[in-house]
Amino acid sequence: MLNAIIGSVELGLLYAIMALGVYITYRILDFPDLTVDGSFVTGGAIAAVMITGGYSPWLAGVAAFAGGLAAGFCTGLLHTKGKINGLLSGILMMIALYSINLRIMGKPNLSLRGFDVPFFDISSDWVRIGLIAAGVILIKLMLDGFLRTDLGLALRATGDNARMIRSFGSHTDTTKIVGVGLSNGLVALSGALITQYQNFADISSGIGMIVIGLASVIIGEALLGARTVFWATLAAVVGAVVYRIVVALALRADWFEASDLKVITAAIVILALVIPSAQRSWRQKQLAKRRTAQLSERTPQQPEGGGKHA
Amino acid sequence: MLELKQVSKLFFPGTPDEKIALMNIDLVLQPGDFVTVIGSNGAGKSTLMNVISGVMTPDAGEVRIDGDIVHQLPEYRRSRWVGRVFQDPMAGTAPNMTIEENLAMAYSRGKFRGLGFGVTRARRALFQEQLTKLGLGLENRPRAKVGQLSGGERQALSLLMATFTKPQILLLDEHTAALDPARAESITRLTESIVREMKLTTLMVTHNMEQAIRLGNRLIMMDKGRIILDVNEQKKKDLTVEQLLREFEQISGHKMADDRVVFG
Repeated sequence: MLNAIIGSVELGLLYAIMALGVYITYRILDFPDLTVDGSFVTGGAIAAVMITGGYSPWLAGVAAFAGGLAAGFCTGLLHTKGKINGLLSGILMMIALYSINLRIMGKPNLSLRGFDVPFFDISSDWVRIGLIAAGVILIKLMLDGFLRTDLGLALRATGDNARMIRSFGSHTDTTKIVGVGLSNGLVALSGALITQYQNFADISSGIGMIVIGLASVIIGEALLGARTVFWATLAAVVGAVVYRIVVALALRADWFEASDLKVITAAIVILALVIPSAQRSWRQKQLAKRRTAQLSERTPQQPEGGGKHA
Repeated sequence: MLELKQVSKLFFPGTPDEKIALMNIDLVLQPGDFVTVIGSNGAGKSTLMNVISGVMTPDAGEVRIDGDIVHQLPEYRRSRWVGRVFQDPMAGTAPNMTIEENLAMAYSRGKFRGLGFGVTRARRALFQEQLTKLGLGLENRPRAKVGQLSGGERQALSLLMATFTKPQILLLDEHTAALDPARAESITRLTESIVREMKLTTLMVTHNMEQAIRLGNRLIMMDKGRIILDVNEQKKKDLTVEQLLREFEQISGHKMADDRVVFG
């Protein structure tokens, strides 16, 4: 039991980098970007090919980030310059990346068995998880910092009020392309790390990745809130870990099978989206009722008998 | 300073809905001019603003700012010269970002946005000083999200953001129309003092006839895409709302049709 939880914390931290990427598109740019399903595999594929080719795993991570960045730029260009609907731009890139990923790997499966992945060879769970956590927090803090720069502010304003930031001289096409690129760079980096962790790259490992990312962001926000950028990115990280733990616990139940994972994930996202909005509208109605009652007590009653004032 | 030469703009050209938004507009603003613009619905006032700010490109004619030909440049490149406040208090600020973050974005108007921090200590001091001038107490809560402010407060902030970097041209597009009378009046006073103090070249569209006469040093009246009356400072001093309406009816041949017009 404890082992399962430790394992899911480690996996969750690696997926947290992907969740940070999804946070950029989904929450900041308000753009649910399906490229993620493809770029996650692109990252894994690049890492696997480079490591089996004898390159350092660190360099493989950097190359994976660059690959994801390029994929994201393409989606951003399709959406802004090509004026294609955001969801469709993502779907198009996701499909295109499937073939590209196969080209990169040469076959649907690539094993890293027998090759050095120094970081993941550390045998003490605590040291390894501690190092991974430190790395993920570092990436989170760097992202926080970026979102407070002049460019980062323009990126956030693009999702918040595009018309306003255009009137202050920011080209919103450019900020969108930068945002979607950065997002997919992080997703691909996460894919590269997961590949090293699992010791293999798989062409179908990205299916449903966007939903897992959304689930992480939403669960995290439900737990921690998203008052500031600092809390919102922390929420994405925590959400990714909690999601993994929930999945691990769910799969231990007898009536679930491993193949039920996707439907569980979809259910989590659906509930997390439906419940808060239903709650909000219920509270709003209650508030309106209460205020109306208060106000009607204070105002004088209408005279009876329809207009007989005198 | 600002120069429009024979500027024209059509909406839905070549369709049954074709409409003249602007026709052969000639307009020159001297540095420091504060021009109020009035006109009935569909007179072309907002289109005039959009053609100057770059939201629209004119179909014909030329727009110059400081001698530079700008009418082919997109909006984000013209923001170097043009500051703008919209009618909708929600339009000029980013609601999920803080007051100081909004000011930081305004501070970088028209400049390259790189990887330097948006809110630095030096900038924060400047923002404090500027916010204090508004007299709304916003300087005490620079980290409040703008979405929590009232419409009047947001509009005051929008005005500050549009002006404190001293744009060559300030465009005010009925920026008090969505506020209640008391708030509208305080924003109007604020506008007057900022424009006077910074000597901003300003073009202000308004539905309030009394305001149009009281503010600024020049008044233009538009109808059906044309400037039909141009009143200079001398004549404007003695103008009344009744005279203005009569003048409008005489020149245009119809009544001022505007459901929102305020006579004073």
